Amino acid sequence: MQQLTNRSKVVSDKKMTFLEKIYLPAIVKGMAITLKHFFKKKSTISYPEQTRPFSEIYRGQHVLKRDDLGRERCTACGLCAVACPAEAITMISAERKPGEENLYREEKYAATYEINMLRCIFCGDCEEACPKEAIFLTDRIVASEYKREPFVYGKDRLVEPLDPTKRIDISKRQTESVLKFKENKRFAHNK
Amino acid sequence: MDWTLYIYKTIFLFIILLVTLVVAMYSTYGERKVAAFMQDRRGPNRAGPFGLLQPLADGVKMFMKEEIIPLSANRVLFILGPAIAMTTALLTGVVIPWGGTLTIGGREFSMQIADLNIGILYVFAMVSIGVYGIMIGGWASNNKYALYGSIRAASQMISYELAMGMAIVALVVTTGSLSLHEIVQQQHGMHWNVFYQPLGFLLFLTCAFAETNRAPFDLPECETELVGGYHTEYSSMKLGFYLFAEYINMFISSAVIATVYFGGYNMPFIDQLGLSPNALTLLGTAFFFMKIFFFIFLFMWVRWTLPRFRYDQLMNLGWKGLIPLAMFNIVATGVYYYFFELT
Repeated sequence: MQQLTNRSKVVSDKKMTFLEKIYLPAIVKGMAITLKHFFKKKSTISYPEQTRPFSEIYRGQHVLKRDDLGRERCTACGLCAVACPAEAITMISAERKPGEENLYREEKYAATYEINMLRCIFCGDCEEACPKEAIFLTDRIVASEYKREPFVYGKDRLVEPLDPTKRIDISKRQTESVLKFKENKRFAHNK
Repeated sequence: MDWTLYIYKTIFLFIILLVTLVVAMYSTYGERKVAAFMQDRRGPNRAGPFGLLQPLADGVKMFMKEEIIPLSANRVLFILGPAIAMTTALLTGVVIPWGGTLTIGGREFSMQIADLNIGILYVFAMVSIGVYGIMIGGWASNNKYALYGSIRAASQMISYELAMGMAIVALVVTTGSLSLHEIVQQQHGMHWNVFYQPLGFLLFLTCAFAETNRAPFDLPECETELVGGYHTEYSSMKLGFYLFAEYINMFISSAVIATVYFGGYNMPFIDQLGLSPNALTLLGTAFFFMKIFFFIFLFMWVRWTLPRFRYDQLMNLGWKGLIPLAMFNIVATGVYYYFFELT
């Protein structure tokens, strides 16, 4: 028969030799191996004290960015929801009233914007689809919860804070290749 | 009546009891650390510095657990099982010479609680009774897995005790004494019995693994086949007693091996040091404990290296391997002493 891999081993039923029968050489060999491991450097990372460095383009919890004037960038076009392979994003759009120009950048905005973090697969397609550079994935971890309901994140948890010191930094996700890719977008509204 | 002697013996008894319990307690910690290190892990390191308070936390946990006695179990025997296991484990330490003699106020105090002239037989007697703890516990649980475990324990211990006894017979031929005190005295300096009885030592060591139910002979409690073996139905501190007794047995076995084959509290070049007798005694005791700790480490080392024997392999090794070898050892020793060293 043709072999699929070259890893198969021939199994034999041969009698054990005397040295094998008294087990001792094999035992000593095994104990030498475990002793070697005893003095080996451990690869454990003691978590709360030490943390593993995140990748600079880690895809964690989303953020809805504001622009420099503190206005929400999202215009509720729904492209992210369309792009989302897990169908985790839903939104309801609303029209901006006069006097709300300091709150929303575009004439249409998202009245509600929800991401179900249990459905989300953190692929980053929403970020790629967004024409307004409004949604980004960050290096924050989605917190664990006891129930399902809190995993549906609304605008209260997605939109970044107004306070300039508490803005979420996404510059690390804007690597050169990403920026170059976004240059080609036809409707680049953000400089 | 010599009251100072009684008071000294009582105090010494309590010290030994305390040391035994503390060593057993920290053996559980050591076991987890050794296991972790051999598997490239770090082991317990959260409770206290380096996780040193872990045994205390485990003890508190054991005490806090709900105590369950199954309805179908025999209550008296169910409680008697762990009690016997624990008591016999603790009793063995009495005959072991923990050190030489201390001279306090012109009087000599031996660092051994009782110098029985049949010390080594006493050890065997106690270890054999220890089997009853496991057997009774497994039987009283009224559970098939527990019963399997205790049947295995009984047959395993009986088989291996034979080889163990025979290994000791050959040793007794060499030493000419059954008293542990005298056996240690004869091994002064580097005249350790292991150099005269290497085969006997190997047999004794193997049987000691089997007697203490340690891997690769831990069939009575093998988790993968028998749920928990003889202590399947046990919970809370009664389970704790069984596990604790195992660690005490390990400590005592290590002490016996160190005493009988590795010169006990004797250390090489002890006569050249020129220290006062008391300092030498204490140094010897420290050296004795170093030997014991090495053997405890060996027990753990073997446990985390070797897989468990299959039951038929276990019986084959015992009856067809170790016992004939032990018999050969007796004959060879006897022939040697009869023809070459007429004492």
